[in-house]
Amino acid sequence: MSNYRRISDIQADIRSGKTNCVQLVKSYIARIEENKHLNAFLEVWAEEALEKAAVIDQKFKSGTPGHLAGAVIALKDNLAYKGHKVSAASNILQGFESVFTATAVQRLLDEDAIILGRTNCDEFAMGASNENSAFGPVRNAIDPERVPGGSSGGSAVAVQAHLVHASLGSDTGGSIRQPAAFCGLFGLKPTYGLISRWGLLAYASSFDQIGPLTHSLEDNILLTEIMAGPDEQDATVSDRPAPQYHANQSAGKYTFAVMRQAIEHPGLDANVKSETESLIKSLIDQGHTVTYFDFEYLDYLVPTYYVLTTAEASSNLSRYSGLLYGHRSQHAKDLESTFTLSRSEGFGEEVKRRIMLGTFVLSSDYYDAYYSKAQKVRRIIQNKTREVLSGADAILIPTTSTPAFKLGEKSKDPIAMYLADLFTVQANIAGNCAISIPVAKTATGLPLGMQLMCGDFEEQKLFDVSSEILRICNS
Amino acid sequence: MKITPEKVQELAALSRLRFEGEAAEKMRQDLENILEMCEKLNEVNTDDVEPLIYMTDRVNNLRDDKVTQEISHEEALKNAPKKDSDFFRVPKVIGQTD
Repeated sequence: MSNYRRISDIQADIRSGKTNCVQLVKSYIARIEENKHLNAFLEVWAEEALEKAAVIDQKFKSGTPGHLAGAVIALKDNLAYKGHKVSAASNILQGFESVFTATAVQRLLDEDAIILGRTNCDEFAMGASNENSAFGPVRNAIDPERVPGGSSGGSAVAVQAHLVHASLGSDTGGSIRQPAAFCGLFGLKPTYGLISRWGLLAYASSFDQIGPLTHSLEDNILLTEIMAGPDEQDATVSDRPAPQYHANQSAGKYTFAVMRQAIEHPGLDANVKSETESLIKSLIDQGHTVTYFDFEYLDYLVPTYYVLTTAEASSNLSRYSGLLYGHRSQHAKDLESTFTLSRSEGFGEEVKRRIMLGTFVLSSDYYDAYYSKAQKVRRIIQNKTREVLSGADAILIPTTSTPAFKLGEKSKDPIAMYLADLFTVQANIAGNCAISIPVAKTATGLPLGMQLMCGDFEEQKLFDVSSEILRICNS
Repeated sequence: MKITPEKVQELAALSRLRFEGEAAEKMRQDLENILEMCEKLNEVNTDDVEPLIYMTDRVNNLRDDKVTQEISHEEALKNAPKKDSDFFRVPKVIGQTD
C-alpha cells in the first residue's frame, strides 16, 4: 500500500481500480499489528471496519460515495461513538460504552468515513507527552525513545505511522498542534465554537475544541469543513452557517506578525530558531511583509491556562462519582466512600493534581485572587491577540520550542511539562484559530512545526496563509 | 502560597479524593510549586478589566422546548456499576449511624 497523503488520491486510486476500501482497511490492520510497540491504539474495531469498507466499495461502484469515502480514520479516546468503548485513557471509565455519537464523529460517518479504532492519549487530555495514559505511553514513530507529544499523541502517531489515514484529536492548550509538530503532521485547533463539542469528554469547556490531524493541508481543510457548523446539542457553537472552504486558494501577499519574545526565547532550540529565521527570510524574499510585535504576556499564558483549565476540570470531572457509570470501588461502604474511593482508585496522578488545584482556585478564600484574576488576564490576552491580528493576516511562531523530547525527560516535573505548551496555549486562551504545519526536520530527522494563528472564524485565511508557507517551503 | 498538610486534606475532602503519607506530601509540594507559578499573574495590572467568562459569540442561545427522548431507559442503565431492572443501585444513603 502506498503512503497516501491526500484523501483525493485514495479516491482516485479506488475509482481507477488500483485499490479498494477493504484492501486499505486490511493493510492498516496489518500495520497496526506490526507497530504495537508504539501503543497508539487502545482498541481496533477491525471486523466492523471491514464490513463498512465492503459497503463503501459498493457505493463507489454505484456512484454515490460520500466525501470521505476511502478515508480510514481513528478517534482520540475522548470522543463518543455509540456502541463503542471510550475511556479518556482513564481507569475510571474502564468498560464504559457510549450511548450516543459525538456530532463531529457523526458528520464524518455521514460522509462515509471508516472509523478503525480509538487512540491512546493523556488521561482526560491532561498532558503534553502522552505519558499520563493509564494504558502506558505512546511512542514517536520517528524515534521510539521520544514522546509523540500530547495529549492527542496516539492520534498523531496513528497518522504518522500510516496506521490510519487521518485522525481526530482535541486541543485544550495545544493537544493537537504540539503532537502534530512532533510527528510531522498538520494539526488544527479551530476557532472556539466552530465545531460542536457534543460527545467530547469535557476537560475544560471554555478551551476544548475538536480538530483533525492529517498528512496534508487539503485533508485538514476537508475534515474541518465537514465537522464545522451549528449543532443544537452544543449551545457554544456559533450559529454562523456551516463554512465552505477552498483549498490551495491563489496566493496573495500577506502580512505576518512575529512574536519577538517567542523567537528570542532562551529555551528555543537552535534548530527551531534557525528554521524560523530562514522561513521569515523566504517570506520577505517572496514579497510578503513581516512585522515584529512585543508580547509582554508570554510568561502569563501558562499560569492563566492552568488556573482556568484546572478550575473547569475540577467541575467537569465531578461527574465521575462511581454511581451511574464507570469504576466503583470494591471497598466502598457508604455513599461518601463510594465517591472518594472510586475517584481515588480511578483517576491518575496528573488528573488528581489538576482537580486539587482547580478546587483550590475555586474555593471561596482564593476565588478572587486566582480564578477571577486569571479571567481578567484572559481578557487582556484576548484583546492583545486581536489587536495584533487587526494589523496582520497571521501571527507566526514556532509550534514548540524544541523538537520531540525523550520519554521521562519532563515527566517528573509538572511545571517543565506545562511549559511544553508555551507557544500553543495563547490560541485557546484567546479562542482564535491556529494550525501547526510541518516545515522542516532536524539533522537527525525530528520534525519541526510552524504555527500560524488567525482571528476568530478566519479558518479560510489560515488555510490560505498555510498554503503559501507550504509553497515557499517546498520551492 | 504556603500549602499546609491540613489544606491538602481539606481540598481532598472537597474533591472527594484521598491522599495519604508520601502521596499527600508530594501533592502538597506540587500544589505549592504550581501555585507559585500561577502567582506570577499578580504582576499584571487588571484594574478596570472585566473577567472574560464566555468564549462563544452567542447570547441567550435558546432552542425550542421540545420533549425528546435521546436515550432509552435501558441505555441509561447500561453502564451502571450496579443496577437492577429499573434502577441504579447505590450504597445506603440514609439511616447510617457512623
